Amino acid sequence: MRLADQLRTTTFLLTLRYMVLFFLSVTILFAFISWSATGYLEQETEAAITAEIIGLNEQFIENGSQGLARTIDRRIKTNPDGDAVYLIADANFKPLLGNLEQWPSMETDENGWVTFELVNTDSDNVSIRGRVFAPQPEFRLFIGRKINALTQLEKLFDRTLFWGLAITLALALTGGLLMSNNVLKRVSQFNSTSRRIMAGDLTQRIATTDSGDEFDELAHNLNAMMDQIESLMKNIQHISDNVAHDLRTPLTRLRNRLEDLNAEAGENENGEIDACIDDADSLLATFASLLSIARIESGSYESDLQPVNLSQATRDAYELYKALADEKAISFSCDAPGEVCVSGDKNLLFQAITNLLDNAIKYTPDNGHIEISLHQNGDIAILKVADSGSGIPADQRGQVLQRFYRLDQSRSEPGAGLGLSLVQAIAQRHGAKLELDDNAPGLIITMQLPIHNKTTQQAALADA
Amino acid sequence: MRLLVIEDDASVADFIVRGFREGGHTIDHADNGKDGLFLATTETYDALIVDRMLPGVDGLSITRTLRASDNNTPVLILSALGQVDDRVKGLQAGGDDYLVKPFAFSELVARIEALARRSTGKTETETTLSIADLHMDLLSREVTRNGQTIALQPRDFQLLEYLMRHQGKVVTRTMLLENVWDYHFDPQTNVIDVHISRLRAKVDKGFDQPLIHTVRGAGYKIDASG
Repeated sequence: MRLADQLRTTTFLLTLRYMVLFFLSVTILFAFISWSATGYLEQETEAAITAEIIGLNEQFIENGSQGLARTIDRRIKTNPDGDAVYLIADANFKPLLGNLEQWPSMETDENGWVTFELVNTDSDNVSIRGRVFAPQPEFRLFIGRKINALTQLEKLFDRTLFWGLAITLALALTGGLLMSNNVLKRVSQFNSTSRRIMAGDLTQRIATTDSGDEFDELAHNLNAMMDQIESLMKNIQHISDNVAHDLRTPLTRLRNRLEDLNAEAGENENGEIDACIDDADSLLATFASLLSIARIESGSYESDLQPVNLSQATRDAYELYKALADEKAISFSCDAPGEVCVSGDKNLLFQAITNLLDNAIKYTPDNGHIEISLHQNGDIAILKVADSGSGIPADQRGQVLQRFYRLDQSRSEPGAGLGLSLVQAIAQRHGAKLELDDNAPGLIITMQLPIHNKTTQQAALADA
Repeated sequence: MRLLVIEDDASVADFIVRGFREGGHTIDHADNGKDGLFLATTETYDALIVDRMLPGVDGLSITRTLRASDNNTPVLILSALGQVDDRVKGLQAGGDDYLVKPFAFSELVARIEALARRSTGKTETETTLSIADLHMDLLSREVTRNGQTIALQPRDFQLLEYLMRHQGKVVTRTMLLENVWDYHFDPQTNVIDVHISRLRAKVDKGFDQPLIHTVRGAGYKIDASG
């Protein structure tokens, strides 16, 4: 099973789609958690600063700017490593007291809050959020808090989100591949079995597991369907065998009696009896064709596949039918050089070629031309029979392969409409492709057969 | 000819026995494989007609047993339709010819006559064939009639040779296809007739006595007596 095949499976695509949905959900969820958590911490910080400003304001009213400065100084000294940041500056923003080196260049938001980054050379930068408290123009106080914990939390959220999504992606891909692999295995079982059935082995059934899943149900139903088809096919075969036995035998007896009668009859009756014998013969021939088709199609024609020199068979058929073409002054040429070998039944393949030639000669007018050729193209033997006859309209080319189908203009010709059906059956039996095309004017029939593989033949010989 | 038919179907056996007796031949009948094999090994026959499916010993086993004991009596195997008609298997077992039921009696007679003649072994050493004033040299592959050389294509030569080897006997179209062209198939048209008429044009045209005759409903024969 190729990876490309697997990536195209419905299961894998479903997994991918679900994964995208999952991605979006996780991202939204994370964004919400991150937003509400950092928002909460920010509110806490702001509330603490606001409360402190209220306290300091009271200090200022009681003890003036000197008292406030002392309080600030004390607070810095009692907790030198704390998060609190203070700076007192004069009207020109000149720092007077505090643990901040210079007055921050600040942009306040609509609520008077300011956030800025303190650049540290020897450690991480520090973010500070706070606001200005200026009871007098010459006395400004900045009160802030280091909010590193907050930014670290935000970073943590981002990192978690990134890795979480990466892991999700990896898991989803692996899971998707595993699941589609599983499904593909089951589906390929269905495919290989149905291919064997189409090749003519109606006894093939799809294997089921004990899991009772939907595939099992499908397999059970298809198997039940095949049981029915097989029993119908057996019925048909049975009927056709009965037709053969029940109709051919009395017909042959009739023919034999006519022969006896002919031997006893006088000159006058002989002509009539001969005509009767001819009619019986043509009926018997129709039965024989019909039975051959049925047996070849049902695969019960047990013939050992042998290497057949199709070039030789083509040349033999040409030689046999040249005389017939000469009768109608048809120019008939053959181009089948060398030795192109296919696996098959020599007599069936010869039958197919002669049926094609029979048809070509029958439907090509006097002085027309017919060409038969056989060439090898890679692993394929291409047999072509082209004539300059009336051809077959494009919409009827499929139908002429059906039994007893005859074109309107050919109804007056002798024949039962089984010739091409037999060719089609033989082609299918040999895994060959049959194509009908316009030869403008006329018909060109192409049969493409797989070449006989010499290496497997040699291996078989080595085994024997 | 002295023949043996081993066939369990009474009506088919009866029809074969009656037909050959009317034609002036002696024919024995066995309705099972065991009796048939016994008769075939103890009596001398010109040819055997053996059904493929028989109670007791089947037709292929009979043929194999006979061949294993160096009995080379020609065997024609009959097979019913509906069975797998594998000619190859029948011929591999040592059968000399194969016919699918139902068959025209004329086809059976033609084939049996061809087989019985072959068993005389005379043809093996022949280097020339003749009928009336027609002569065929098998070594130089030359054909003359009344001293005149007749030019024949290789296939026409083979066709004439087959007819001459069976002179006086009917050969059917199927027999010609099988033996001259070496293909077993059903032609949709009487393509053989065209070849025969071409051969006739070369062999009989311009001569008073026609040698190649059409036997209606059966096939052809080459015969000096007309």
